[in-house]
Amino acid sequence: MKTFADSQFPGRLIAVEGLDGSGKSTQIYLLKRWLEAEGIKVYFSEWNSSELVKSATSKGKKRELLTPTTFSLIHATDFADRYERHLVPLLRAGYIVLCDRYIFTAFARDVTRGCPPDWVRGNYSFACAPDLTMFFKADLDVSLNRILEGRPKLKFFEAGMDLRLSNDPYESFKIFQGRILDQYLAMTKEFNFVIIDANEVVEKQQVIARKLVSDRIDLKRFKRRSPLPLPPALRKARHEREEHDDPEKEEDKTA
Amino acid sequence: MNHSHRFYGHGIPHVNAAELGGQLIVVEGADGSGRSTQIAELVNWLETSGHATVQVGLKRSTLVSEELERAQEGNVLSRTTLALFYATDFADQLENIILPALKSGFIVLADRYIYTLMARDMVRGMDEAWLKNLYGIAPEPDAVFYLSVEPQELVQRNLSKTATLDYWESGMDLGLSRNVFDSFLKYQAAMGEAFRQLEKSYHFDIIDANRSVGAVTKELRKKIGELLQEA
Repeated sequence: MKTFADSQFPGRLIAVEGLDGSGKSTQIYLLKRWLEAEGIKVYFSEWNSSELVKSATSKGKKRELLTPTTFSLIHATDFADRYERHLVPLLRAGYIVLCDRYIFTAFARDVTRGCPPDWVRGNYSFACAPDLTMFFKADLDVSLNRILEGRPKLKFFEAGMDLRLSNDPYESFKIFQGRILDQYLAMTKEFNFVIIDANEVVEKQQVIARKLVSDRIDLKRFKRRSPLPLPPALRKARHEREEHDDPEKEEDKTA
Repeated sequence: MNHSHRFYGHGIPHVNAAELGGQLIVVEGADGSGRSTQIAELVNWLETSGHATVQVGLKRSTLVSEELERAQEGNVLSRTTLALFYATDFADQLENIILPALKSGFIVLADRYIYTLMARDMVRGMDEAWLKNLYGIAPEPDAVFYLSVEPQELVQRNLSKTATLDYWESGMDLGLSRNVFDSFLKYQAAMGEAFRQLEKSYHFDIIDANRSVGAVTKELRKKIGELLQEA
């Protein structure tokens, strides 16, 4: 599988994968904050978030209409929409794109649901591989506790209830997540996941993640040429200030 | 009717194609080829003869048909997304209508099937191998009748019916021509080419549908009659 770098895209794509409750969303959010502060062109994209496909997906989930096949296809449609309309143009324009979950989420979930691995992989074969995939590996109990602590109401598909693993949603969720974890671990080598120990404290994981990103990607190539343009209202205010205030005071304010 | 079916590829998880009975009969062809008319005739004839029938077609699923319709109105979907959205629509009908009907021994009449979807995607540059994998979920029909009509004749029939040429059936999204008339002819020629390409892998019974409705009906009845006798 070719990465975006292999395919001569000027941009780079970083994906995080892991179970619900592995803390990957926190980590990628912190990566985004860091890269933005560094003046890097960065875009964040979340799994299952295409506006166009959303109403069909939520209808399918609410009415429990989805089978393993349609579950897989509707998520592939959602991904394709984001891929073709957002990710590809941004990567062509030299952005660093951060993805909270990428095609490996589909590989793990759909195969756990019984879809043939080759079929699922074939359907997603239009997409390039990430330039860096971090897999946040927490002990199953740790992830489960993070999610189940408050006894939240688990949704039907989220708990894997369609697999008829157990009549108890909590029990079903545990078995389902365990199987997904097995799928992820089996893919680690094939897709070059970098494993991050998600049992560690947030700060320590973030230090590791940032180092990994700086080592793998020449970040200065992705800086914005000029600072982000200010919205018109602020631009006007600053312009007026600059005319009246002395420059040193101005520097104080922005520091 | 105890002949066995098979899937083109991986099929559907937990479904054994050999356990499917019934008959799956597909009618393919462009808008104006007489598909709907012929299917209505066939349903009438089959039901009168004591066969239970079910009909499916494109963009008729509970799951995504409305969303697909809305997305097409804005013409904002790119080709991979559109291909997968249509595949979702097909899979939903396959699992909720086609497979249960076949299990119950019904005759399923499909007003177009995966071939039109594949041909449309191929004309838009999608990879044939990718499409074959995607539609490996489909069971192989017992018969596929392709109603072949010359593009010029299609124009006449569409115009006499609605006095307009449909945006998508003219392939206007492809930018073949700004002029809908020219675009329609070019698009239909390209679709014909894609069907000829698909014919190398899938078996179509090509029916000359430039003829009268009655002549086509007669031929279809004869062929389906033979099929039902064999079964």
